[in-house]
Amino acid sequence: MIQIHCPYCGETLPELEFAYAGEAHIVRPESPSEQTDEEWAAFLFLRDNVKGPHFERWRHAHGCGRFFNAVRNTITDRFYITYKAGEPRPDLAKLLEESK
Amino acid sequence: MSKHISSLAPSVVVDTAAAHVAVTPMTGRISLRARGDLAAIGKAIGVSLPTQIGICAKTDGIEVVCLGPDEWTLLVPLDQIEKVQGALATLAPSLPHSMTEITGREITFQIEGPHAADLMSIGCPRDISTIKVGQARRTLFDGATVVLWRDAETSFRMDVWNSFAPFLASTLETGAKELAAELA
Ligand SMILES: [Zn+2]
Repeated sequence: MIQIHCPYCGETLPELEFAYAGEAHIVRPESPSEQTDEEWAAFLFLRDNVKGPHFERWRHAHGCGRFFNAVRNTITDRFYITYKAGEPRPDLAKLLEESK
Repeated sequence: MSKHISSLAPSVVVDTAAAHVAVTPMTGRISLRARGDLAAIGKAIGVSLPTQIGICAKTDGIEVVCLGPDEWTLLVPLDQIEKVQGALATLAPSLPHSMTEITGREITFQIEGPHAADLMSIGCPRDISTIKVGQARRTLFDGATVVLWRDAETSFRMDVWNSFAPFLASTLETGAKELAAELA
């Protein structure tokens, strides 16, 4: 079973306590009414579907209940890092270098 | 002697050489969400709020566990619940927070015995040894969200939502019997 580190609980815990919640760092447009239909549809539906290191949201659903962000390799399922919601997106090149 | 629970009344669920499981008498429960001046809340309710997830505090019959960065569950004796609610309500204008009485939402199983920790491990994916005596965690037991309190090495309490209670009681009953059969 995958073990995931919750940045709020400070513990590394079984995957079963967590729920995947889609791609991370998707920014909601400031003024939705000024968006074209295409732009709005892209915000709602279009995702990168990354093969490899992926910035994504998780929720510690059966624990503290918090959403947080993670970088996970979608091929190997390896988690490079997890960090609290609202924290800046880590530099991927640096992260991969450190994780070697 | 084991007894199948069809109601949620306090009763013995199962009693074997491995573990004893019972539904505890009803207690008051409050779910509290708050940020900011936590010391003021602690003062109002008479027990300071722990700020690390999983850590508990206890005074005068009131028990608190920190379940999230801004979330606590309070176990309060039934005759004190109005007093605690009143104290929190008085604070609300200066310190907005969410207080919900959840007394009727949950029941508690008490699990004791030489193999109580083994019984917890049949349904909980966590390493039970990471929950230290005197701590509690919200986690999973056989698919249902529960709050697991560890009162001693071989003594636990499990708070569960009513709708899951009969199902979890049967899991605990089966587990306690199987663990006892291994001893025999
Ligand atoms: Zn957590």
